[in-house]
Amino acid sequence: MVSRFKEVLESGRFVITSEVAPPKGTNLEKFLHHIDLLKDKVDALNVTDHQSSVMRFPSLGGALAIIEKGGEPIMQMTCRDRNRMALEADLLFAYSRGIKNVLCLTGDAVPVGDHKEAKGVFDLDSLQLLKTIHQLMDGQDLGGNELDGGVEFCAGAIVTPEAQPIEPQLIKFEKKVEGGAEFFQTQAIYDLDNFKSFMDYARKFKVPVLAGIVLLSSARMAKYMTANVPGIFVPQELIDELSGVPKEEVLAKGIEIAGRTIAALKKDAICEGVHIMAIGKEEVVPDILAASGL
Amino acid sequence: MKSITKQKSIEDIQEGLKGLDKIFVVGCGTCTTMTKTGGVEQVEEMKGHLQEMGKRVTGSTVIPTACDDMTEVAMKENEQFIRSADAILSMSCALGVHRMSLYLDKPVIPALDTLFIGVEETPGYFREACDQCGQCLLGQTAGICPITACHKGLVNGPCGGTNNGKCEVDKDKDCAWTLIYNRLKEQGRLDLMHQYQPPRNHHVILKPKSVKIT
Repeated sequence: MVSRFKEVLESGRFVITSEVAPPKGTNLEKFLHHIDLLKDKVDALNVTDHQSSVMRFPSLGGALAIIEKGGEPIMQMTCRDRNRMALEADLLFAYSRGIKNVLCLTGDAVPVGDHKEAKGVFDLDSLQLLKTIHQLMDGQDLGGNELDGGVEFCAGAIVTPEAQPIEPQLIKFEKKVEGGAEFFQTQAIYDLDNFKSFMDYARKFKVPVLAGIVLLSSARMAKYMTANVPGIFVPQELIDELSGVPKEEVLAKGIEIAGRTIAALKKDAICEGVHIMAIGKEEVVPDILAASGL
Repeated sequence: MKSITKQKSIEDIQEGLKGLDKIFVVGCGTCTTMTKTGGVEQVEEMKGHLQEMGKRVTGSTVIPTACDDMTEVAMKENEQFIRSADAILSMSCALGVHRMSLYLDKPVIPALDTLFIGVEETPGYFREACDQCGQCLLGQTAGICPITACHKGLVNGPCGGTNNGKCEVDKDKDCAWTLIYNRLKEQGRLDLMHQYQPPRNHHVILKPKSVKIT
């Protein structure tokens, strides 16, 4: 059965996804609350996979929780922690429990996280994982063996439109298109002109691109991300805009910026949708949607 | 090509020598002399540390190349001093430790940790250039090995952690795929970067690895 999310991608309407992060531990209360809050307001909800290499409740478990609540999950899957056998097995299990969408990522490096001495696996890379999913869909595992009961996934990938230099990223983007990516979610974008030129290039590959919208919760956060997070560049005028309001209004300003960015992307049909990442402030995603007019 | 080593902490060395009072110290005249971790000077210095720990040093030697058959010769020459020791403290790389353990049945305790096999790119600067994976990709990657030069060993292009040509794990480390891209571009061979590289075979030669040349 085709995933609900895939039907939305094929419908041609502006697609909205957002993201929830499982907890460090088994107290799922807040996580489940975020699912309840967002599941009916977006087309699908990503579940992060040990984001920033910080060990957490697994994305597979998080995606199951979304299924149990009647939502549509996109299970993020990185190549950092599992070899090809473990990834394949988790995909079989995920499919058997109704998870139909997977986002393939390489995964952050181990030493940036909280288990600095752990082994980084990277038996596969994001592209090989994407192709593995297609091979499983064709009824065969990576050992060349036939599956007794197959899988059907809508598999996506990521791209970083602000990466410097951009050319090596674009080569990988094209390889992911050839590898069967059915959608792309991007790293955070703030510079619309730059993103427009990326889309002028990307559009010809005819794979839906959902622009990454990361809520700016303070000028400090914006500066920190620009300085420290690869592929994120917040233009100075946005930082000035955040610095220009009283402290208690900064979050509202961040929501406004996110909302108007989404509205601009939709109005000019720059891309096929957005992926909203509120990173710890999932409560305000409905406000961002309201601010965007969606 | 050199085996790159780093001296263990004095506390770790002391722990390794627990219960062993008489020590014979062995350095190496090749790699660890070059990296200043196990040459004549460092062996002398170590003898001082051992005496401070209350150990008795029965003797010492620096074998020209501790990983080959000269080791046996050097150990035979020093046999009486080694036999009177409780253990050998090795200031060679792990290859030397392995070799020394073959003769005289004395415990060999490493004073060094072996980090990687490095090439000396500029005087005193050693860099890992080969992971000995058994499936050389250098012809497709402009002579820059993505298995060793990329933190994640990625073979299909950069990850999203690349940042202005640097790696997400350390701003001082180059992104291998930016280097590969730049060099392939200069060579007019960017088509190679567009090629899909399938998952690698991690068992080209089964571990434990060995080969018999006939």
